[in-house]
Amino acid sequence: MSDIRINISNKTYVLAHDTEQFHHAIADLDFTVHPQQFVCLVGPSGCGKTTLLNMIAGLDPHFEGQINIGQATQSPTIGYVFQNPRLLPWLTVRQNIEIVFDDKPPTSLIDNLLDNMQLFDAQHQYPERLSLGMQRRVSISRAFAINPDILLMDEPFVSLDAPTARQVRRLLYSLWQKRPHTVLFVTHDLREAIALADRLIFLSPSPMRIVSDIEVPIAREQRTDEGCVEAFREQLLQNHPKISELL
Amino acid sequence: MPSIGLYRNKLLAALSITLLLAIWQGLALFLRSPTLPTPAIVAATFWQATMSGELPYHLGVTLLRLIISFSLAMLIGCAIGIILGNNKTLDAFFDNWLVIFLNIPALVTIILCYVWFGLVESAAILAVVVNKLPNVIVTIREGARALDKDLLEMAQSYRFSKRKTFLHVIWPQLHPFVMAATRSGLALIWKIILVVELLGRSNGMGYQLHIFFQLFDVASLLAYSFAFIAVIQLIEILVLKPLDRKTQRWRR
Repeated sequence: MSDIRINISNKTYVLAHDTEQFHHAIADLDFTVHPQQFVCLVGPSGCGKTTLLNMIAGLDPHFEGQINIGQATQSPTIGYVFQNPRLLPWLTVRQNIEIVFDDKPPTSLIDNLLDNMQLFDAQHQYPERLSLGMQRRVSISRAFAINPDILLMDEPFVSLDAPTARQVRRLLYSLWQKRPHTVLFVTHDLREAIALADRLIFLSPSPMRIVSDIEVPIAREQRTDEGCVEAFREQLLQNHPKISELL
Repeated sequence: MPSIGLYRNKLLAALSITLLLAIWQGLALFLRSPTLPTPAIVAATFWQATMSGELPYHLGVTLLRLIISFSLAMLIGCAIGIILGNNKTLDAFFDNWLVIFLNIPALVTIILCYVWFGLVESAAILAVVVNKLPNVIVTIREGARALDKDLLEMAQSYRFSKRKTFLHVIWPQLHPFVMAATRSGLALIWKIILVVELLGRSNGMGYQLHIFFQLFDVASLLAYSFAFIAVIQLIEILVLKPLDRKTQRWRR
């Protein structure tokens, strides 16, 4: 797996077809993500973060610029955790994970994953009978199951209550440590971003561009310490006053 | 408790059928006319016609026509409906055609098919299919328009094959629309099929009803009708209901 190089000179879309009003979503966005790096994209809502993830996932090919991912010969596998879980309601929890495999799904790997995500007992239930927190965990399991080269996560913990969010974040983190992938994680929660990321990229309101690109120097084992995260946050906001405007 | 409710509903259904039969019996006795035979006479006629093999033969012929024309209409209708639901240009282009075909009286299509292709089996089937097709297309088109874009994006980002996307993402969403088209289709087709047979075939329920009309044989007419209604009910109970239960079990 090599770098992900993102170079988008322009992305607009039509707001209303009859009036031909355009929305200028992204202008001159240029950055490179290194393999197995955990990058948090932080920016105000509506600034185009989801659009960017969709472009990386290949769901939105209409833009000017280039996104180069990995080797030219082989397209990388991408796990996408959407903002809403997007599970197939007619499949059980387990089937929702199994379906992303082209061949026979690996039983023990899925068992393990379900166990790690504390979903083992719910594996034969249908998504509509589960809480939102559980549905999100299924959606994260689905993304992890294919052992992706790149994991795209679009505010996966939004609208979860704080204890559940903390629990799922811990699970995500321990899974990522066992099997590190390149992660692009969208959030507007700075504490969450600091607790998870190697690198923070702060994005402006649309047209989106990079405001700051900051490495997080905190050691991995210290991330669970909320005091440590808080101290870094305050220091960050002091040194970069522009950032607080984005939150 | 549900079992008591179920028992009560069955009792109510039995009572309502008994009441209907009682009214019929009362009217028949009061009028004393050969044009309204009593339920007992109709039952006896039904038994005779069944034992002689006449009723099963004509019923079978009609059912065969029903299955063939229904399958063709559903298959072609689903395909066209899905295409129109997903393609705005084609949809806008063919929308007028649909409105025209929806509004052609069934009798006109039947007569035209017989005039153009002769009094043959394929003309009969074609007439039924042409009558039913626009309804299926319109229903499935609505379903295809309402497909969940989020789930389609999910399938695309996880690189689902076309086949997998259709079977596991699109088809389950279309299923309620297909069932609606199936139910309304069966009801429509069996009514049209009788007219098709009456006008241009020498066997089947429609042909028989035509003969009973000429002979003023109301008992046979009713006996054949009940046999047909019973078969359609059986299809609902034995095929459609279980299919619904199986495919909808994920719903809360």
